[in-house]
Amino acid sequence: MTAFRFTFAETELEALPSGALHYPARRTLCVSDLHLGKSERIARRGGTMLPPYETSDTLSRLEAAIDATNPERVICLGDSFDDLAAGGALSLRDREWVMRLQAGREWIWIEGNHDPAPIELGGVHMAEFQIDALSFRHIAQDGAQGEISGHYHPKASITLKGRHISRPCFLRSANRLILPAFGTYTGGLKCSDPVLRGLMDQSAVALLTGKQITPLPYARLR
Amino acid sequence: MRALPPILKNWFDTRGWSIHPHQQDMLDRSDAPSLLLIAPTGGGKTLAGFLPTLADLAEGAHDGLHTLYISPLKALASDIRRNLERPIAEMGLPIRVEDRTGDTSATRKRRQRADPPHILLTTPESLALLTSYEDAPRMFAGLKRVIIDEIHALEESKRGDQLMLAVSRLQTLCPDMRRVGLSATVDDPAAIARMLAKHPDPCEVVLADPGPDPDIRILETTEAPPWSGGGGRYAIPAVLEQVKQHKTTLIFHNTRAQAEIFFHHLWLANEDSLPIGIHHGSLSREQRERVEQAMVDGQLRAIVCTGSLDLGIDWGDVDLVIQVGAPKNVKRLVQRIGRANHRYNAPSKALLVPANRFEVVECHAALEAVKDHDLDGETRQRGPKDVLCQHILIRACAGAFDASELMHEIRTVGPYADLTRAEFDDCLDFVATGGYALRAYDKWQRLMQRPDGMWQLRDPRATRQIRMNIGTIMDPETLKVRFKGRGGAPLGEIEEGFAAQLTPGDTFLIGGQIVRYEGLREMTVEVTRRADKEPKIATFNGTKFATSTQLNQRILCMFQRRNWPELPTHTAQWLHLQRDVSRLPEPGRLLIESFPRDARHYTCVYGFAGRNAQQTLGLLLTKRMEELHLAPLGFVATDYATLIWGLEPLRDPAPLFDLHALRDGLDSWLAGNAVMKRTFKSSAIIAGLIDRNHAGQRKSGRQATFSSDILYDTLHRYDPDHLMLRITREEAERGLVDFSRIEEMITRIQGNIDHVTLDRVTPLSAPLFLEHGRTPVEGAGQDRLLADAAQELMAEVGLDAL
Repeated sequence: MTAFRFTFAETELEALPSGALHYPARRTLCVSDLHLGKSERIARRGGTMLPPYETSDTLSRLEAAIDATNPERVICLGDSFDDLAAGGALSLRDREWVMRLQAGREWIWIEGNHDPAPIELGGVHMAEFQIDALSFRHIAQDGAQGEISGHYHPKASITLKGRHISRPCFLRSANRLILPAFGTYTGGLKCSDPVLRGLMDQSAVALLTGKQITPLPYARLR
Repeated sequence: MRALPPILKNWFDTRGWSIHPHQQDMLDRSDAPSLLLIAPTGGGKTLAGFLPTLADLAEGAHDGLHTLYISPLKALASDIRRNLERPIAEMGLPIRVEDRTGDTSATRKRRQRADPPHILLTTPESLALLTSYEDAPRMFAGLKRVIIDEIHALEESKRGDQLMLAVSRLQTLCPDMRRVGLSATVDDPAAIARMLAKHPDPCEVVLADPGPDPDIRILETTEAPPWSGGGGRYAIPAVLEQVKQHKTTLIFHNTRAQAEIFFHHLWLANEDSLPIGIHHGSLSREQRERVEQAMVDGQLRAIVCTGSLDLGIDWGDVDLVIQVGAPKNVKRLVQRIGRANHRYNAPSKALLVPANRFEVVECHAALEAVKDHDLDGETRQRGPKDVLCQHILIRACAGAFDASELMHEIRTVGPYADLTRAEFDDCLDFVATGGYALRAYDKWQRLMQRPDGMWQLRDPRATRQIRMNIGTIMDPETLKVRFKGRGGAPLGEIEEGFAAQLTPGDTFLIGGQIVRYEGLREMTVEVTRRADKEPKIATFNGTKFATSTQLNQRILCMFQRRNWPELPTHTAQWLHLQRDVSRLPEPGRLLIESFPRDARHYTCVYGFAGRNAQQTLGLLLTKRMEELHLAPLGFVATDYATLIWGLEPLRDPAPLFDLHALRDGLDSWLAGNAVMKRTFKSSAIIAGLIDRNHAGQRKSGRQATFSSDILYDTLHRYDPDHLMLRITREEAERGLVDFSRIEEMITRIQGNIDHVTLDRVTPLSAPLFLEHGRTPVEGAGQDRLLADAAQELMAEVGLDAL
């Protein structure tokens, strides 16, 4: 898994092909929109009973990212739980798994629209987190500088030689960086959506996830 | 002999009509628990089905529902209603007839449940929905007969399975109910009889006089058909000439897109302004109804149409049927031809228009088959389990049930007759708990077992969601198209995938008009009439039919002739040319051609194994090619060949066809491919694992919904023996994969592979370049494309120094 190095807000960052963001100088790893417990929430609300394996899958991919970067700090950028009850309903095994990942490092839960209050699991709950020139929050704000957020689950689509390719992606413009959703049961919002258009500028770049990170000019994507 | 009641007899007499022998037969045997009528199109099938009902209802008062009529088409239900209402009114019979389809208003539907008519005309899906209501026993009380029209059209489909499951429910509610099936001419009446009857009871069959052989020919044109393509545009002058010479002509096409293009060009050439309309399933209801009405009123000289007009709607005086494009299946051709000349015992007249040179061969083979009365048929498979899961959900909506009773009821349906208790329990467990190895939903089960052993929904509010998902037809996700502006007229629907490719200013064809794409507004495609560009072709996911095995064999044998005096010169020349530059496929050998084109390397494998097996062959071969670093990018399959393209040339095909290597990895690699994911998606929707995407719910910005591919991958990784994956494998084996035919082909050729390497496209492979339904290969080739494009595009916009 090769990281893709780039500069944002005069800071050296790495986009990982899994969709996680690494800040090597501060040994910080950031993931967004884990949506743990999504299948439980859907079943509880009388919807269909989806394969109940997404929490395990998300945690094992998170574990792999942590193993690869050995961070001192992990920031979960909001919507870490599909709702507060889903957070409370995690199995004992999954809770212990999270605690194991937290051991020996600082762990920050940024609040999201799905999980606006603390969950009884280790770590600190915060609305926002600042470090150096970077601000971490769940939803992008107007006029922000050096802002790193999630929420929109951006995905990029492009047609190449008749092939339609669609992947979750990072979106980087001069002032903000939006992370793809890391959770297994997450869909994507087309990066051409007016909401995202409003947040990006002409020089913006999409970093497509996959086996490796592929940078593409934002203006060329659908 | 059961005599007609005097009032019916008089009505017949005043019209100078007499009852056909098979209609009398149906009347005489109307007490049979199951009765199947096989009659040619135009043989008065529907009347034969309804005569006993009319006789019953004319003779005495009946309270409530007497006869339930089910047709595969909504339009057929309303057409039959009109056809019944007239004689009922003329005879002054006290009979109420109503139809009930997806188009019926909610108020009317509610009233129908409270106060059902004597005769209710409906579709399999609407019936399934009716049986899901708690008041179903009251609504169906006293039901005497159920008539399934065009039952042959439902025989080989999940709609038929769902219908017969619903009928088994009705039979329990009304033990005396008699079943009547009406079928067009088929190869195996006994198979349909087994489907109709309550298993293991017998079913009586009435065979009507098949009538004279049809007058069927290939349309002669001055211009030769093109090398490739499917539209039949070259034949437009000849088709117009035929339209002029006949009263009313039906012009059938195999796909909606082809119908649109043909219609467009037909009008450009229609100098006499003959009134010609278009009809297909993607047009708005208003559009279709207008055309149907014009047809009934005799205002149209021709209709360009698709399978939406396949079934027995009575369009009056059709005296010619033109089939554009190869018919693919002899049985359906015969049924389509029957649409001409709705008078019994007069030969129907039909013309075939091959769309390209390969189809000339196919059409000739089909003509020979019709002359030989060689109808093709497929072996019926066991009842699919996704439909069974949906049936359990529907049953649960109607109220608490006993598992054993339900299982026994299901076993009275032919295709489910050998369902084991373990299989049934698997399905029930899946519906109730999700059926996962990890028992995660004990608290949130969908169905709960009560202390008395009965099963019921945990949350009665779930009925709404279940009812919204009823049905087994997988519609592609479509967007409505209408003219821009307040109250713009609706034109029809296009596939979401096609809409996504459009940029404002692009033009496309719909309903025979060229329209300009202006933008997307609340899930509706807005268009204007400003057509200033060559139109793109809208894609519609109409049913794609596979050429039957019998027809393929006939074609392969035709190739072996030295000359083809029976074929038009152009086609014979084409085959000779193929023989000259390459060779023609032979039985017992396998022809493979490799050639470059547009910086890609192509390989064409002529297996003549039918579309599904050729599709699987494409999957198998691309997998092997990926292992051999040939960077395949995708492939397309037709009934006779598979065309694969990639970034590296194929030099030696022999290692690709090692049967052991192909078979060894079958399960593991099948797991990851796009076809399996597509199969999984349909089955998961039918079985109730995921919801149908209803138009209007798919608002942009819904990042909450995620692809069914993720569910497939997750299940595959964590719960590989889950019922849904077993169903997907079964489905693939029965339809999309067909590995047995590949094995059979490889065994048959015994290593006799003829690999021809050329520097350009060959005559025989050309048509494959225009085939739709390409399957991408998710492999190294795709990553290479992305990396190349990234470099190019980033440099282009000056962002390469990131």
